[in-house]
Amino acid sequence: MAADYLTSLPRRWVTIYIPLIVFLIVLLFPFYWMAITAFKPDAELMSATGNPFWVVQPTLMHFRKLLFDTAYPTWLWNTVLITVSSTLVSLAASVFAAYAIERLRFRGSRQVGLGIFLAYLVPPSILFIPLASMVFQLGIFDTRLALILTYPTFLIPFCTWLLMGYFRAIPYELEECALIDGATRWQILTRIILPLAVPGLISAGIFAFTLSWNEFLYALTFISASENKTVPVGVITELVEGDVYHWGALMAGALVGSLPVAVLYSFFVEHYVAGMTGAVKE
Amino acid sequence: MASVTLSGIRKSFGATPVLHGVDVQIDDGEFVVLVGPSGCGKSTLLRMIAGLEETLDGEIRIGDRVVNRVPPKARDIAMVFQNYALYPHMTVRANMAFSMRLAGRAAAEIDARVNDAARILGLDDYLDRFPRQLSGGQRQRVAMGRAIVRDPQVFLFDEPLSNLDAKLRVQMRTEIRALHQRLRTTSIYVTHDQIEAMTMADKIVVMNAGRVEQIGAPLVLYDDPANLFVAGFIGSPAMNFLPGRLAEGGAVVLDNGGRIGVASTAAKPGQAVTVGVRPESLEIAADGLLAEIVVVEPTGADTQIYCTLAGRDVNVVSRERHGFAPGQGIRLRVAPHKALLFDADSGARIR
Ligand SMILES: Nc1ncnc2c1ncn2[C@@H]1O[C@H](COP(=O)(O)OP(=O)(O)O)[C@@H](O)[C@H]1O
Ligand SMILES: [Mg+2]
Repeated sequence: MAADYLTSLPRRWVTIYIPLIVFLIVLLFPFYWMAITAFKPDAELMSATGNPFWVVQPTLMHFRKLLFDTAYPTWLWNTVLITVSSTLVSLAASVFAAYAIERLRFRGSRQVGLGIFLAYLVPPSILFIPLASMVFQLGIFDTRLALILTYPTFLIPFCTWLLMGYFRAIPYELEECALIDGATRWQILTRIILPLAVPGLISAGIFAFTLSWNEFLYALTFISASENKTVPVGVITELVEGDVYHWGALMAGALVGSLPVAVLYSFFVEHYVAGMTGAVKE
Repeated sequence: MASVTLSGIRKSFGATPVLHGVDVQIDDGEFVVLVGPSGCGKSTLLRMIAGLEETLDGEIRIGDRVVNRVPPKARDIAMVFQNYALYPHMTVRANMAFSMRLAGRAAAEIDARVNDAARILGLDDYLDRFPRQLSGGQRQRVAMGRAIVRDPQVFLFDEPLSNLDAKLRVQMRTEIRALHQRLRTTSIYVTHDQIEAMTMADKIVVMNAGRVEQIGAPLVLYDDPANLFVAGFIGSPAMNFLPGRLAEGGAVVLDNGGRIGVASTAAKPGQAVTVGVRPESLEIAADGLLAEIVVVEPTGADTQIYCTLAGRDVNVVSRERHGFAPGQGIRLRVAPHKALLFDADSGARIR
């Protein structure tokens, strides 16, 4: 009955397509706006006449300014380096943490699991003050290392918590069977658990990547030199001069900056979706 | 191959005692079935033998070696789990080869052994499939193949057939037996299904609530149960029980005044007892006790007659075809040596 209701064509429009289209427009309009602004010449951008939703004379001048008149390429490289490093560090730490909490069942493992979850709830806007003092004392202020080491403070709790769910879904018997088959803990982790938790690893990796790629607060407070900045901070601090917004270059910077994440998502989208629905494939 | 000796095994999970001192001797090459109702501690015992649960109290020997503190991989055992526990991301071949890979065996030897096992189990055509591409019975065979390739001292099975449908279960039962005939590896098989136990075992260990109730060959348990629990657990349809009191002259007086002659010599007159009679030991005879028929179920080979006798449900299996109707009265008799006597309080057999 329910299937019939959903499958007759006019009804499908009402129940599925129209809501989806509305949803897509709301979601995608900012991206569209960003994209056309990046390609508009300044004159067209400031003009009060004409159709604001279209580009008449597309130009690459904002991209040229971005690449040759600012440190944008350096920011991009910094962002890649910091994001990849902190994601890898966080994933590695989270795998061990989640496995230990879920499967080694040491005394107090439940409390540790809960503690990690609570740590995730502490907002970065509170945490950055003590972290700043630690960054100073370690002498890594205004280096990329400052971000590579601080990003895991919010990435590890998140990834651990996510991976715990995946590990929990893997039947105990598999590990016991492997134990009888002669596997060590390490071999169980690398040969049984990790291959089965690949969707979880991908989800965690993508989340960690996106969170650190877009991170703003720590990048703003722990970095001051232009050549150490990341894309989100660099674009905001150096393309807004006083009250002058270089809208074209800003949008071009945002556009280029969001491409890697978009590529990553589209590359892993199938795994990602499978991961989100919690399907540990049998 | 090796013998397995369990002596004084106790186990608690936290404050909950699960095993209360289990002693079992399993001979080299024997096929032993641990049977008992759900939750009686069979799996726990098997897992202790495998080394998956700690054994702090009592002693487990495999061959001459005490293995209490030996890790699972060094016990030289193989285990088949209820849900098969196949590695989902590995092909059948890789599943079977996994233990030998870990042990660092030569590729040629691994191949030969896997192919051997696959041939024995009829899995040749499935070696490159993944577990999800196999049927339940095939998965079961892969799980056994994984055990066979290791050529262990002891096979452990934990309810390996309970996820299969009835027909396949009967077929796999025979296959596992045939495999044992061929390999002669000491096997310990856990099940809650007494028919599986009866049909497969060289020796049955009946467990209840963390204790061993009786150990013996299937027909010994059937004919000569040590107590009420074993008598009621083994056999289908189950043994009939009639409460009564022992009278002088080797007879039991039932609640309704009917008398059943018994052959027991150890019984004291006046003692409260329970008489146990197998359904096929009840004969229909003119001088028997009066019972009322409730339902008649012909199965072709024999006929099951459900009736009430002295207020109790009684089940009769008869090879003859009768024209009985529900509500009709019949007279039942049992030969004295077929009427088993149990103490009404302790449930212990009175011989
Ligand atoms: N890891 C465990 N922790 C606590 N109690 C357990 C554990 N494993 C089994 N038990 C308990 O021990 C008893 C026996 O379990 P088990 O050996 O699995 O029974 P069986 O296999 O005969 O059905 C059950 O009451 C069960 O609840
Ligand atoms: Mg069990």
